[in-house]
Amino acid sequence: MISVRNLSKSFGQKLAVDDISFEVKKGEVLGFLGPNGAGKSTTMRMVTGYLPPTSGEVFIDGINVAENSIGAKQKIGYLPEAAPLYSDMTVSSFLSFIAELRGKGKSDVEAAIDICFLGPVKRQSIDTLSKGYRHRTCLAQSILHDPEILVLDEPTDGLDPNQKQEVRNLIKRMGEDKAIIFSTHILEEVEAACTRAIIIDQGRVVADGAPNDLKAKASGSGSHTVKISGMAGSGIRSELSSISGVKMVREFASSESSFSGQVIPSKKINTNGESIFNLCKEKGLLLEELRVEEGRLDEVFREITKTDTEISERNVKEEDPEKVVQD
Amino acid sequence: MSALKNIWIVYNRELKAQFNSMLAYVFIVIFVLLSMSLTFLLDDFFAPNAQDASLEFSFFRWPMWLLMFLAPAVGMRLWAEEQRTGTIELLLTMPLAVWHAIVGKYLAALSVITIAILFTFPIVITVAYLGDPDNGTVWGGYLACIFYGGGALAITCAVSALTRSSVACLIIALALCFGQLLIAIPPVLEYAADNWGGRVADVLGSLGTWAHYTEMKRGVISFANVVFYLSMIGFCLFLTSVVIKSKRS
Repeated sequence: MISVRNLSKSFGQKLAVDDISFEVKKGEVLGFLGPNGAGKSTTMRMVTGYLPPTSGEVFIDGINVAENSIGAKQKIGYLPEAAPLYSDMTVSSFLSFIAELRGKGKSDVEAAIDICFLGPVKRQSIDTLSKGYRHRTCLAQSILHDPEILVLDEPTDGLDPNQKQEVRNLIKRMGEDKAIIFSTHILEEVEAACTRAIIIDQGRVVADGAPNDLKAKASGSGSHTVKISGMAGSGIRSELSSISGVKMVREFASSESSFSGQVIPSKKINTNGESIFNLCKEKGLLLEELRVEEGRLDEVFREITKTDTEISERNVKEEDPEKVVQD
Repeated sequence: MSALKNIWIVYNRELKAQFNSMLAYVFIVIFVLLSMSLTFLLDDFFAPNAQDASLEFSFFRWPMWLLMFLAPAVGMRLWAEEQRTGTIELLLTMPLAVWHAIVGKYLAALSVITIAILFTFPIVITVAYLGDPDNGTVWGGYLACIFYGGGALAITCAVSALTRSSVACLIIALALCFGQLLIAIPPVLEYAADNWGGRVADVLGSLGTWAHYTEMKRGVISFANVVFYLSMIGFCLFLTSVVIKSKRS
C-alpha cells in the first residue's frame, strides 16, 4: 500500500532524510521510532505529499505521489505533528469543512466524532479545548474519510494515560484493514500496537523488524538471570563460566553459600538454561531462580541511536565487570 | 468541476473565519466611517462653488488611500496565519491543488473588501437626491475601488505567503502598495521624464496604480486598465503559489 523508495530530503546543506526505503502492506501497523530530529516527521510529510522529496519516490497504492498528488492524498489520512487546527471554528464545523473537502457527508462527521469521543465538545470553539481534545479533533479529521492509509505523527502526544490507551487500541483495531504508519517516542506503544517497527537515526533506517525481533538485538537478550545456593559464590561463578557457550558471567551478589548474577551467552541463542540446570543437578546445588531475559526495546533503541561519544563512554564503563570475571 | 467546488469550500471557510474573528466588521466600519468623514469634512462636498453633484473628486479620491491600508489588513492573515499555526500542513494534504486554496482564500478576502466598499452606498443616494450625478462615473468609481483593492490584496497575498508574521506582512504589503502608487503620481513621472527619459516615465506610469485608478474613477473603464489589474492580480497569485511551493522544497 505504501512504498517508499530511496527517499532523501535535504534542507539547504542539511540532509534530513538520507536514502530511506520501506514498504507497509495492508493490515500492517508500522511504528516509526527515532530520536528527535531523526527525520521521522520529514519522512511522513513526504509520504503525505506535503513536502516534495529531494530524490526518491513514494507510491501510495501504486500512485506516484509526485505525479498525482491529489489522487494519493485522497487515500491518505494524516495527523500532523502538534495537531494543527483552525482555532476559530467549532469542532463540528471544522470536521464538516474537512468532510466537504474529502467529499464526505454529515454521517461521516458524526461517526468520526463518536470514534474519537468528541461528543461533549462538538459545539465548542476549538480555541477553548484542552490539549487532549484538540489532539483528538485532529485525529478525527484524519480518519473521517475512512482512508486506506493512515499516517499519524505522534498520535498519543499530550494525551493522558487512559486516552493513550484508547488511541492505541483504535490504531490496533484500524490496523487490521488499513496500512498505518505512526511515529512515537514511547516504546511500549510500539510493542502494544505495531506489527513492525523501524528505527531511524540521522535520516537513515538503522533497524527494521517486528518488535520481538528488534528486542532480540538487545545486548541483554538471551541471557539468564540466576540465583544458585549450596556452594561458595566464587565457586559457583567459575563453574558457570566453564559452561561451553557462556561468554561471561556478571555478578550481582555473592556470599559463602550462594551466588546471583547474569549468565551471558556468546551467541544470541537460548541453550544455556539446560546447561545451568544440569550443572546444578550434578553438583547438588539448589537452583533458586532461573529467568531468561527477553531484551528490552528501549535498550535496543539506545544502543542503535546513541552518538559515537556515548558509545565510547559506555565501553569504558562496561569494561570493568568483564575484567573481574575473566581474571 | 472539482476545482470550483474546492475553491468554493475554501472560500466559505475563509469568509466565515474573516467574520468570526470580528476583524472583518472592524474593517468595514472603519472603511465606511473614514471614507464618509473624509468626504464630508476634508473635501468641498458642500462647497458653495461645487459645480455639479459629482462624486469623482469628493468621494472617490479617498478609497484608494484607505484601501492601501485596508487591503493589507484584511489579507495579512491569509497565509501568514496558516503558516504560524501549522494548518497549512493540514490544508495542503487535503485532496486539492494549491491554487484552489489560494484562489478561494483570495476571493474571500476580496469579498470583505467589496462589502466594505459597497457599504458606502448612502453617499450615492445622497448625491442622487441632491442633484443629477453622472452614473457612469459612479459605476466607474466603484469599479476602480474594487479593482484597486483587488490588486493591493493580491500583493498582500503574495507577501503573506512569505512570512509567518501577520504584522510583518501588513507593513511590507503596505509599503509595496504605497510604493506602487508613488511611482506613478504626476510629480514623479515629470521628474522621471526630465531626468531618465520618456520611456522610463511611461513604464513607471503604466506599472503604478495612480493613473489606472484615476482614469477608472472618471468612468473610463478601458481595456488597458482592466488588463492591468487582472494581470497584476494573476501575477501576484501565481507568485503566491510559487512561494508556497518553493518554501517546502
